[in-house]
Amino acid sequence: MATFEYAPAPESRAIVDIASSYGLFVDGEFIDPADGTPFKTVNPATEEVLAEVSAAGPEDVDRAVRAARRAYTRVWSKMSGRDRGKYLFRIARIIQERSRELAVLESIDNGKPIRESRDVDVPLVAAHFFYYAGWADKLRYAGFGSDPKPHGVAGQVIPWNFPLLMLAWKIAPALAAGNTVVLKPAETTPLTALLFAQICQQADLPRGVVNIVTGAGETGRTLVEHPDVDKVAFTGSTEVGKQIARSIAGTPKKVTLELGGKAANIVFDDAPLDQAVEGIVNGIFFNQGHVCCAGSRLLVQESVADDLMARLKRRLRTLRVGDPLDKNTDIGAINSAEQLARIRELSEIGEAEGAERWSPPCELPDRGYWFPPTVFTGVSQAHRIAREEIFGPVLSVLTFRTPAEAVEKANNTPYGLSAGVWTDKGSRILWMAQQLRAGVVWANTFNRFDPTSPFGGYKESGYGREGGRHGLGAYLSSDGAA
Amino acid sequence: MTERLEVRKTYKLYIGGAFPRSESGRSYEVTDARGRFLANAAKASRKDARDAVVAARKAYGGWSGATAYNRGQVLYRVAEVMEGRRSQFVDEVAAGEGLTRPRAEKAVDGAIDRWVWYAGWADKIAQVTGSTNPVAGPYFDFSVPEPTGVVAVLAPQSSSLLGLISVLAPVVVSGNTAVVVASEERPLPAITLGEALATSDVPDGVINLLTGRTAEIAPWLASHMDVNAVDLVGVTGDDEVARTLEVDAAENLKRVVRPPAAEPDWTAEPGLDRLTAYLETKTVWHPVGI
Repeated sequence: MATFEYAPAPESRAIVDIASSYGLFVDGEFIDPADGTPFKTVNPATEEVLAEVSAAGPEDVDRAVRAARRAYTRVWSKMSGRDRGKYLFRIARIIQERSRELAVLESIDNGKPIRESRDVDVPLVAAHFFYYAGWADKLRYAGFGSDPKPHGVAGQVIPWNFPLLMLAWKIAPALAAGNTVVLKPAETTPLTALLFAQICQQADLPRGVVNIVTGAGETGRTLVEHPDVDKVAFTGSTEVGKQIARSIAGTPKKVTLELGGKAANIVFDDAPLDQAVEGIVNGIFFNQGHVCCAGSRLLVQESVADDLMARLKRRLRTLRVGDPLDKNTDIGAINSAEQLARIRELSEIGEAEGAERWSPPCELPDRGYWFPPTVFTGVSQAHRIAREEIFGPVLSVLTFRTPAEAVEKANNTPYGLSAGVWTDKGSRILWMAQQLRAGVVWANTFNRFDPTSPFGGYKESGYGREGGRHGLGAYLSSDGAA
Repeated sequence: MTERLEVRKTYKLYIGGAFPRSESGRSYEVTDARGRFLANAAKASRKDARDAVVAARKAYGGWSGATAYNRGQVLYRVAEVMEGRRSQFVDEVAAGEGLTRPRAEKAVDGAIDRWVWYAGWADKIAQVTGSTNPVAGPYFDFSVPEPTGVVAVLAPQSSSLLGLISVLAPVVVSGNTAVVVASEERPLPAITLGEALATSDVPDGVINLLTGRTAEIAPWLASHMDVNAVDLVGVTGDDEVARTLEVDAAENLKRVVRPPAAEPDWTAEPGLDRLTAYLETKTVWHPVGI
């Protein structure tokens, strides 16, 4: 098969200006940490150190929560919904104005292809702020009673896979509903959150409404357990989600958890196979597979399995792995050495347990963290690669004969975040959508996101929804008359 | 004329549509508000709780898959059967809660009316909490509420019938199945409710009723890996027990309804919070095209 030669087409990084070190964003300004310790954030594609950032200590977190409380009591809870909305509209506009800068910085700090940060992440970020901006003065029409109330101070902890998008999912509904926030971005991807802090300054957002404390798990734990936090929102691993659920037990804190997944992407024999192949590729190789709702288990109807696998492998040979800033790149860098080690370990376990491993020939850069797109066939439900979230570009393929068997296998997991169905038959799509125990079902598509569309999991994939009217509800207490 | 000697009832558990004694063979004495003997109730064990979860799981597919109209009809029928047993409920509520007859009648009437209120929600809640979502692309995108699964309910300790129904009906109306631990000191109306359920059209296993020591049974339900949600209102006032149960529930991320500061006024119109606590939102996307 002929391969196309591409000349490198790198996006310039001249548009971003990365400082050598960053403080914490508390009460409207960047401050030096009181008891924090510095750590470095690196470009995962090159291992180059990008900046030194502070891991906020307990005193720093306390300062941020106190700033958020002050802003809540004195300013934000008293402000009209119309004005809160106007601040959010301003933020949305500035995100659009600085979108290329945000996209480039996101790709540098995270390792994701510029094509995705530019075309998916950042446009969705702006869209989220626009969507929730419009809710701010319409809360009484949202179905949570005639006078729904914000919770107060929200402590929000987000992951490294969609740094800025997860920030938007957390901050936009919180502020629209009238809460103030302290947000902790992930240890390996703090830079776009810190740039967002500058955007808040440009928007003249009242000080203390948004506070950003960088750090690792310990900073997050301190924030979640702070007694003056009223609402906890977390996106990340199921393991940490359970720790949070335990730590807030017996408190009045509200919580939403958006956790791991092991989604089944189910292809029936009547599916348009070429479209399905695109959906499978998007499902597991989008964002290097660092996606909680990734279609990491492909369930193929036995009668088309050989045909589909041949088409899939042919397609995977065309994927380009490499420089995240190159506009031709399909698959970027793995976010961290730690994550790369986990993907390698589980892939080795997959082989050891007897599944057959395949990757297209692909040259990986010498420096940085890389993993080739990988497919395991001959996978059984008992294999760890079929049960555990790998969070990388690794697809496990299983087969089925009947729709009932597909449902049985798809639901045979403690997770329940998402699922995919590929078939030409309308009644079967709707039946499958009913049977699958998952919060999002993509039929003849995969990995679609929109600010109006509620997203979140069943079972151990967490609770609460983000996006849409439902996502607004996570930041409001109904007044009882609802 | 000699007074007729009454035939007393044996109060048992209600699991999977049957009325077993506790497999442990244990019972405990139930008294009225003044401490006079009323009955020996079954003292449910860990195994009874597990059996009840198995029954509830078995019933889940059929009940959650029934049409909303059908669930509404079935639950309305429960109210009809309860109405027929009204005087029995009044006797038990009056004795257990120490109420005057008029006040007990009011509580029982309120309980029956609450069943009717919730029964009517069966085919409406999806329209109130569901949505079509105007996504920025050529997709049809809609969100529907679905039941979360098997729900363990620690029923209120004070209000033995109105409180019980106020926490049970919102669980089952949307298609969840329930394992209920009745009020510890006032369990008799719950068992009589079981008899009403058994003679209505509620499928076996949809509602399972346990009597016994709440603190003994609750941890097995809160930590059970096949239970999806738990209502802790039955341990209201015991903050440490409630906290421990919530920690247990985190093991499989059960949805937890925390106890309020004090047992609520069950006569007030409930709102939707309890009903929506046991709902998941499922969002479905499909491309639009020719």
